Amino acid sequence: MSISIQHISKSFKDVVALNDISFNVKEGELFGLIGPDGAGKTTLFRVLTTLLIADKGKATVADFDVLNDYKSIRNSVGYMPGKFSLYQDLTVEENLAFFATIFGTTIEENYDLIEDIYIQIEPFKTRRAGKLSGGMKQKLALCCALIHKPKVLFLDEPTTGVDPVSRKEFWEMLKRLQQKGITILVSTPYMDEAALCDRIALIQDGKILEIDSPQNIVNHFPKKLYNVSANKMYELIESLKKYEHQYSVYPFGEFVHYADKRDVFNPQDLQEYLEANNLNDVKIEITNPTIEDTFMELAK
Amino acid sequence: MDNQNVIVVENLTKKFGDFTAVNNITFKVKQGEIFGFLGANGAGKTTAMKMLIGISSPTSGNAKVAGFDVYKNAEDIKKNIGYMSQKFALYDDLTVKENITFYGGIYGLSRQRIKDKRNQLVEELGLQNLINELVSSLPLGWKQKLAFSVALLHDPKIIFLDEPTGGVDPITRRQFWEMIYKTANKGTTVFVTTHYMDEAEYCDRVSIMVDGKIEALDTPKKLKELFKVGSMNDVFLKLARG
Repeated sequence: MSISIQHISKSFKDVVALNDISFNVKEGELFGLIGPDGAGKTTLFRVLTTLLIADKGKATVADFDVLNDYKSIRNSVGYMPGKFSLYQDLTVEENLAFFATIFGTTIEENYDLIEDIYIQIEPFKTRRAGKLSGGMKQKLALCCALIHKPKVLFLDEPTTGVDPVSRKEFWEMLKRLQQKGITILVSTPYMDEAALCDRIALIQDGKILEIDSPQNIVNHFPKKLYNVSANKMYELIESLKKYEHQYSVYPFGEFVHYADKRDVFNPQDLQEYLEANNLNDVKIEITNPTIEDTFMELAK
Repeated sequence: MDNQNVIVVENLTKKFGDFTAVNNITFKVKQGEIFGFLGANGAGKTTAMKMLIGISSPTSGNAKVAGFDVYKNAEDIKKNIGYMSQKFALYDDLTVKENITFYGGIYGLSRQRIKDKRNQLVEELGLQNLINELVSSLPLGWKQKLAFSVALLHDPKIIFLDEPTGGVDPITRRQFWEMIYKTANKGTTVFVTTHYMDEAEYCDRVSIMVDGKIEALDTPKKLKELFKVGSMNDVFLKLARG
């Protein structure tokens, strides 16, 4: 096991940040920790990177114990924290050289690992990190986390606040790193990114809601799900919420995802109800649940 | 205001030295509309928004917001709009009650009006038990819902929302959008930026900025037809990747 977490708990005063967390990450796996702000993702990263001591439980990273072998862990992992962590008044090149030196290596020694990321920011290598755009900062931070060739890479919300184009590029980079044998634990609040992981853990309020492959998690959704649309979105949501047989009603882009309480549900009944509520162009079609549907179902 | 357009922007440009952050953008937003203002990081959204809320002066072009000119009447704009950003909205070390009172004061509401508004807002959000809690102790989702309501205290004509739902859990994110719908339904214009492309689908119309220019502007449905794709995410990827 590349990462093994057993019954880890951590509280800050009376706030339970992590509540009996257990899971394993296999070697070479791309594992996603999916949950909103305040779920406990960062606390777990800090425990695993030996920056914080858990109240209870055991954890190992790259077969080293987080308490007894913390120095070995620090040499074997790369950590990219959520908040931009580089030195703002050093240049791109200086930041990278600094991190290489700290880990007793050189940029040249592991250049092959960062090459395809670094060449994208190399034209700006004399620019100070503080003056880079969001996407470039993120690429530099990833290079700095990789420069000592870590066995395990921890990425805490690398794509938060990043636009869809840069997010897509970032995930393509992660896939390439995975192929080079690096185990990756990545957290994100974007549910659509979950589908790109080998396995995911859904986390909320310090508890794991479910762990499985993205496909299996979606398969566990307990109800049939329907896309409902009509001419007026706000009125549609209001009407569906008032419908006595509704099990769940969530806006999803141009549709509302609707599930019904009854075992036998005839969409025609709902169609008539909505039309009686002055909605036009009503369409009801069966659809496949997403990770986000499952998350909301589990978090209810 | 010309007819029902509460935001009228014509050839608006902002340059920083020889860098053109906003390049000759033109668009209108109607009263009661939910207008999505999208673009990649660094495309110029924030710069454009700063000009519209009266805190940055354009290099050239014209814009009227809530009927006021961005050059001459920037102070009047500020009185007639609400603004909420993901990064900063409320004072963490003030209580819920203190934040509402403080913002009410800033907007120049009378004491009685602040009190009435506060009671109404606290009831609508179900915050009765948390009124004397520090804002720092609230979960992020609650904070964002409260910040949204506070930005509406003075009944502005337009509310500007800069990535209001970043990092918020999926259920609260939807509750937040229901608040947006409700607000727009009452006639307030909502001008919103987001990186969640499913939220782009919730907007009446959407503009997409690329390198300082507005490269697309229409309803989500028409944009998807135009680019022959199934989702706003794909529209965005097609445009921003060039």
